[in-house]
Amino acid sequence: MQAPTNFQTQSPGDVIINDFAFSVATANGSGSQTSNNVLVQTLFNMGIPVNGKNLFPSNIKGLPTWYTIRASKDGYTARRATTEIVVAYNSATVVEDVHDLPSGGVCIIRDDIQRMAPQRDDIVTYVVPIKDLMNQADVPSAFSKRVENMTYVGAVAQLFDIPLDMIYTSLLKNFNGKAKPAEMNFAVIQLAYDYFKENVEKVDPYRFEKMNGTAGKILITGNEAGALGAIFGGVQVVSWYPITPSTSLVDGIITYKHLRNDKETGQSTVAVIQAEDELAAAGMIIGAGFAGARSMTATSGPGISLMAEFAGLAHYAEIPCVFWDITRMGPSTGMPTRTSQGDILFTYYLGHGDSHQFCLMPGSPEEAFEFGWRAFDLAEQLQAPIFVLSDLDLGMNNWMAEPFTYPDEPVKRGKVLNAEQLQQFIGEHGSWGRYLDVDGDGVGYRTIPGTDHPMAAYFARGTGHDEYAVYSERSDTWLKNMARLKHKHYHTGRQMLPQPIIDYDESKSIGIITFGTNEPAIVEARDLLAAQGIETNYLRVRSLPLAESVLEFIKAHDRVYVIENNFDGQLHQIMKVEFAEQIANTKSLSLGDGLPMAARWIIDSILEYEG
Amino acid sequence: MPSENVLGLSRNDYKGRKSTLCPGCGHDSISNQIISMAFDLGLEQHNLLKMSGIGCSSKTPAYFLGRSHGFNALHGRMPSVVTGALMANRELKAVAVSGDGDTGSIGMGQFKHVIRRNIPFVYIIENNGVYGLTKGQFSATADEGQELKYYGRNDLPAIDLALEAIIAGATFVARSFSGDAKQVQSLLQAAIRHKGIAVIDIISPCVTFNNSELSTKSYPYGKENEIPLHEIQVVAPDYVEAKEEITIGDYDAGEIIDVDMHDGTLVRLKKLGRDHDPRNRLQALTVLEEAQREELFLTGLIYYEEPRPTLAEAENLVPTGLVKLPAEALRPSADQLADVMASFR
Repeated sequence: MQAPTNFQTQSPGDVIINDFAFSVATANGSGSQTSNNVLVQTLFNMGIPVNGKNLFPSNIKGLPTWYTIRASKDGYTARRATTEIVVAYNSATVVEDVHDLPSGGVCIIRDDIQRMAPQRDDIVTYVVPIKDLMNQADVPSAFSKRVENMTYVGAVAQLFDIPLDMIYTSLLKNFNGKAKPAEMNFAVIQLAYDYFKENVEKVDPYRFEKMNGTAGKILITGNEAGALGAIFGGVQVVSWYPITPSTSLVDGIITYKHLRNDKETGQSTVAVIQAEDELAAAGMIIGAGFAGARSMTATSGPGISLMAEFAGLAHYAEIPCVFWDITRMGPSTGMPTRTSQGDILFTYYLGHGDSHQFCLMPGSPEEAFEFGWRAFDLAEQLQAPIFVLSDLDLGMNNWMAEPFTYPDEPVKRGKVLNAEQLQQFIGEHGSWGRYLDVDGDGVGYRTIPGTDHPMAAYFARGTGHDEYAVYSERSDTWLKNMARLKHKHYHTGRQMLPQPIIDYDESKSIGIITFGTNEPAIVEARDLLAAQGIETNYLRVRSLPLAESVLEFIKAHDRVYVIENNFDGQLHQIMKVEFAEQIANTKSLSLGDGLPMAARWIIDSILEYEG
Repeated sequence: MPSENVLGLSRNDYKGRKSTLCPGCGHDSISNQIISMAFDLGLEQHNLLKMSGIGCSSKTPAYFLGRSHGFNALHGRMPSVVTGALMANRELKAVAVSGDGDTGSIGMGQFKHVIRRNIPFVYIIENNGVYGLTKGQFSATADEGQELKYYGRNDLPAIDLALEAIIAGATFVARSFSGDAKQVQSLLQAAIRHKGIAVIDIISPCVTFNNSELSTKSYPYGKENEIPLHEIQVVAPDYVEAKEEITIGDYDAGEIIDVDMHDGTLVRLKKLGRDHDPRNRLQALTVLEEAQREELFLTGLIYYEEPRPTLAEAENLVPTGLVKLPAEALRPSADQLADVMASFR
C-alpha cells in the first residue's frame, strides 16, 4: 500500500464527521460543475446538511474557478472562511490553494501538477494519477477531457465514505435520467475509487456519514425558486436581456411555463420575449402592466441602470410590473460573477427627480419563491413597480430549503375597475379619475385597455398630470401628486410589504440587523458569539421602505450592528435617511469582497467592539 | 358624409383634446385623418390603443381618439411599450405616432426590432427632419447639405425610414405627405387592417423650424414634388359602407392592382406615372434608392407582402388576450407544485 506523502497519523479520537468544508479548484469550462453538482446532490441525499457555492470567473473556459462544499451536521449553510480540504486540479492556482490550507488540512492533487505545489509537512496529501486512470478508462477520446474531473469524485467518495451507488443516482439525475453519459462518467469515478481503495492509506480525520438532516428538504437555487414563484404568481409577460447572474431565473420560467399552458389546446398563457436590450425589456413589461398583465423582467446592476428612465416612468405613471435584480459586484461591470448587495441604494431611488421604489429582499429560496408570486400582488395592489433585490449567492448557488408552500392567498388584482364597477364608481363619486385618491391610501382606481365604457380611457404619461391624468405643469397639482405618492410609499406600502423577521428578547442589549443572504452566516455567528457570552437579538429587513419595527428594534438596544455585503453600508445609509438622528447607536459592518458572507468575519468584527 | 357611423357615434366622439402644436403643423392634419379613419371604419375606441414616444409628434395622441387608452412613453421607446401591451392583450388594435428623431435616432434600435418581431400595429412616423421640442436641431432624416439658421449645414446623409423598415422585414411600408389628406386616409385604412406591423412614413412639415423650400420635408416641397405611385382605394364591402372613389390630382389611370388584406378587404391600386408593383421587394428598395438619389418624393404603398406570423403567433399564445384569462388560469395547482418540489429532492 502506497503511503500518502506528508501524512500525519491520526488517532481514532480525531474523527470529524459531517462537519467540514472543501474547495474544488479547477479551470472554468473543464466540466467540473457536473462533478461538483454530483457531490453536493449525493451529500444531500445522504441526509447531510450541505451548501455548495460556485466561485467562478467571468469567462467561458480557462480561468480559475472554485467550488466550495460545506457539510454541517448542525445545519449551518453559510460559506466557511476556511476549508479543511482542497481538491487541487488547477495548475494556475495550485500554489495558493495548497498554501491556504489550514494546518491538518487535506490536499487531493492530480499527479501532473503535484511538483508545482508548495511542500508542507502539516497537511495530508493524496495524489490522483489522473493520466493513468484516464488511460484505463474506456472513454472515447472526444470525451476524455470532459470527464477527467470525475477522478476527484471517485477519490473524494472513497476517502470520505460516500457510497458509490448514491453517486450514480446523482449522476443519473444530473443527466436527466440518460444512462449513457451517466455510465461513462461513473466508470471514471469507479476507477478512481478503486485506485484509492487499493493503493492509498487514509490518514486524515474527515468522514461523511449518513444522517437525517435533510429529510423532506429540497436542493434548489434562488433563481429557480424565483422562477417558480413567478409561474405560481401568474406571470403573463416576461421580457429580459441576458445578463449574469439573472439569466437562470428566466431560464427557469421557460422551463416551467408549460405548467401554465392552456389545458385543452396546449397553447401558452405566458409570453417570454428576449429583448434587444434592457431598455426594451423594461418598456415591454411596462406596456404589459399598463394593459393589465402581470409582467416581469430579471436583470443585474448594469441592466438596472439602463432601466432607470423607465423605472421612473413606471413609478410616476403608476404601472404595476416586477423587476428582479440579481445583484453582482459593481461599480460598472465590476466583478460580473461575484456576489454583492451593492445595488440597494441605486435601486431604491431608481428614476429621476424624487423617485423611490418598493423593494423586496429575499433571504432564502423559500422567500425567493414567496416573493416571486407575492411581488405581482403587491405591484397590482400598490400600482407600482416592485423590485426584488436578490443576489448571485442566492440566485445561482444550490441551497437546502423546505419545499415551497403553495400560495395561501388568492390572486390579488388590486383596484381595477371593469365597465360596471366604473359606472358604479362614477355614480358614487361623480366622476372617475385615474389618480383620484378616494380611499386615502394614495392608490387610485385604474381601468385597463379594452374596458367597454366611454369614460374608461385615460392617458398614461411621464409628464406632470392631474388626478384625471391630464397634462399639467401647475405647481400645486404637482405637489399634491407627489404628496400622494409619498403617502403611498411610506404609509400604504410600508404596511403592505413583507415585515422584518425579528428574534428579540428584552434581556439582550445588542442587536444585529441585516438583509438577504447574510442570514446563514449571522445565524452561525450568533451561536458562536453566544458561546462566548455575547447574546444578540436579530432583525432581518425584508423590504423597503424600512418598516417602523426596524426603528423600534434600534431604539430597544444599546448597540445595533448593521451587517451588509457591500462596501459602503448602503442599508445603513438608508436608515440614516429614513430614521434621521435616531440611529446613533448603530454601527455599520459592511464587507463587500465579492464572496458570500462567512460567520468568522462577523464574529471578528463584532468582537472588535464587544471583546 | 354620414353624421353617425355604424356604432352610432359622431366624428366628434373620436376627437381628443385641443392641440397645443404650432398652428399649421402637419401633425394636426394627420391627427384629423386618424380621427376620420377610426370614425369611418367604426372602430371601437375601447379596443384601440394610442401610443407614442417623446417629441412634438408624440404629443398628438392626446388630440385624437379621446375614448381610447393612451400611453405617452419615453423618447424612442414606444415600440417596446406597444410590444408589451399587445402581447398582454392581442385583441387590441394600436395606432402609434412617432417622430423622425424619436424613430430615426434614439429609437432606431427599437424601431428595427419591433418590425423584426412583427407586432401588429400602425406605426406612423411624423417626419419633418428636425427636432421641434428642443428648438430646431437636425434629425437623422434631415437632407444632406441642408442649412438651418442656428445649426448651420447638415453634412450627414439622411436616413430613409421607409427603406429601413423594408430592410428590417416590415410587410406594409408606405410614405405619404400630411398635406395629402386623401392618401393619408387611404393608407391608414389599409394599415389598420394589416395583420403585421404597418409603417407609414408621413412627411409632416414643421412650420416653425423647417419649412424652407430647400427642405424635402417642407410643405412647399411636398406640395410641389409629391409623386404618388398609385391611386389608392380601400375596397371593403363586408366591413364598411361603400365610399366615394378616391382620386388624387390629375394623374392618368393605368393598370389596377388589388392587394388582399387579411380581413378579406382589398387595397386597390391604380398605377400612375411610375410602374411600381408594391408586391416586389426588390423593386420597392430600388424605387426608394432611386428616389433618394434623385431627391424625388414618392408617396403611396411602397411595399406590401402577405404578413408573416406575429410575435404572439410565433409564441403560440392562446388566441384570447392574456389579460382576459380568469384568476384560476394564473396559478397551477398545489399538486403541480408538489410534483415540481419532488424533482428537487
